[in-house]
Amino acid sequence: MTARKGSVLRNPWGKPRFLPLVTALYVLWSIIPVAIAVQFSFNAGRSRSVWQGFSTRWYVGDPAAAESVLYDPTLLSSLMQSLKLAILTMLVATPLGVALAVGLARWRGLLAKPSNFLMLFPLVTPEIVMGVALFLVFDNLYDFVPFGTVAQFLGHVTFSISFVVIIVRGRLFAIGRDYEEAAMDLGASQFEAMRRVLLPLLAPALLASFAMVFAISIDDFVISQFLIAGADSITIPVQLYSGARLAPPPSLNALATILMVVTIAAIAVAGLVFRALGKRRGESGSALESVAGFEM
Amino acid sequence: MPTNLASGAEYDTVGSKRWVWPGFAVPGIVWLLLLFLVPFYAIFAVAMGQVDPILQRVNPEWNPIYWAPEVFADAFADLFGGQLGVIALRTIAYVFIASLLCVIVGYPVAYFVSRKAGRWRWLWLLLILAPFWINYLMRMMSWVNLLSPDGQVNRWLATIAGWFSVAFTPPDWLAGSHLVVILGLVYGYIPFFILPLFASLDRIDNATLEASRDLGASPLNTFWRVTWPLSRNGVLGGLVIIMLPMFGDYYTPNLLSGSPRTTMYGNTIDQFINQTTSQGALGAALTIILMIFVAGLMAYYLITINRATRAGRE
Repeated sequence: MTARKGSVLRNPWGKPRFLPLVTALYVLWSIIPVAIAVQFSFNAGRSRSVWQGFSTRWYVGDPAAAESVLYDPTLLSSLMQSLKLAILTMLVATPLGVALAVGLARWRGLLAKPSNFLMLFPLVTPEIVMGVALFLVFDNLYDFVPFGTVAQFLGHVTFSISFVVIIVRGRLFAIGRDYEEAAMDLGASQFEAMRRVLLPLLAPALLASFAMVFAISIDDFVISQFLIAGADSITIPVQLYSGARLAPPPSLNALATILMVVTIAAIAVAGLVFRALGKRRGESGSALESVAGFEM
Repeated sequence: MPTNLASGAEYDTVGSKRWVWPGFAVPGIVWLLLLFLVPFYAIFAVAMGQVDPILQRVNPEWNPIYWAPEVFADAFADLFGGQLGVIALRTIAYVFIASLLCVIVGYPVAYFVSRKAGRWRWLWLLLILAPFWINYLMRMMSWVNLLSPDGQVNRWLATIAGWFSVAFTPPDWLAGSHLVVILGLVYGYIPFFILPLFASLDRIDNATLEASRDLGASPLNTFWRVTWPLSRNGVLGGLVIIMLPMFGDYYTPNLLSGSPRTTMYGNTIDQFINQTTSQGALGAALTIILMIFVAGLMAYYLITINRATRAGRE
């Protein structure tokens, strides 16, 4: 103990050796299990623990056997359901969230504060609470909303809106109002100024929001599961959840790998667009942005 | 100032009509009212409903004047002295131990990547961010795979036992082990702890630490009296971020054990809502109890942060 303390004192800014070791072990521990799961999605055999050579049979193989993601109706349907929900959610939540962000940033009325509060609330609500809430309201009050795709879509949009607002708001504060006011000084109307000045300036945040909403929607498990109607509305995460303990073939790993690739692609697009097109300012250290994957 | 527009009551900020900005906010606000606030209220309406004397099911009561506490009485009876109490205590113990492990493992990692990683910092950062981009269920499924009776973990252990010619009976890791569930929680949530902590450690000015060293403090002393206090809010923030979902988690214990020995609070809610048709009211009551508990945690966090910022300003 004293020996190590002594050595640290001799070189106070040197890197203590145990820190990189702990970090390296942590990184290995966090990545290796997933890497093994990905590896076995390419297994030539049926086992998920004995390697029998490389093959893509669990992705695209053999229509007759119907065991690959492409030809197993259950797996393919969950992939389609996930994509369908993510695209619909993206198309609806992003415009709603962008408009809400613009409105909340500039509205100075009596109800502005409570509205802002309402917007922040979904972000701190545990998912299980939101799942229960949506399930109960569709079960007891909005009985005209069928469980399954419609209910899942409504739920996904609800938890996505606030993320969009957070992303767009940072950008809005960075832009300020000067450019729009200049446009209006030069004779543009309110809406012309918005369309021709604000909207182009917001474009990076907008594109990032699209990709981000796609990613968090396709990643969602709890809301999708609470609002499920039957086999048709099973999404990939729900399929992983219900299939994992039933000694599944590697096609489940293949499905998970596809989800991972799609998510990483969406987040990479969001991150790259956000970095390339706009300098980020605004809320520094916002945990939400960090969680969303922008703290790079 | 646009000269063609009069300033005055009709306009709030420069040149914009009064209704414009609330107009933008309205669709989103209405959506959140109808699909967040009303559903939130629905939990209370269902939990406080009256038990139908004939059908023996609970009818939701939308008017607070007629709210009945019967279901809550049942839930509380079970919580204080029933099976639910055991489950709640187990959940608190799991979450507490898992959070502690997250701090013990996560702090050195966040500290290293934020302050000591040097030239390869971006790579380390990418690596600790990687779990964010991988679905939680996939990460759990990977462990189910590794820990299954004929999975890699048992194969590796058998190999190691073979080297020392020790007899090895493969244990069933997924049959209700507390340790496996707790480690699963740590595995699942630790990235969400590390990232806010990383951000807060990253903000500490090196000059502060140099000042401490110049004034004669040892590195350990500097860490204990400067770095740690400055990162305490990051630790607290990270803890809130991971504890909130952990208290409502049901999928982790279900996947990694599925045994009643490891049932968590979220599992009972999941059972009452998703797996039965008649116990919705009890599920709603348990959800409200969870919300109150979690809101207490949040309040503690906000008060602490608030006090720290105020103390920092003085």
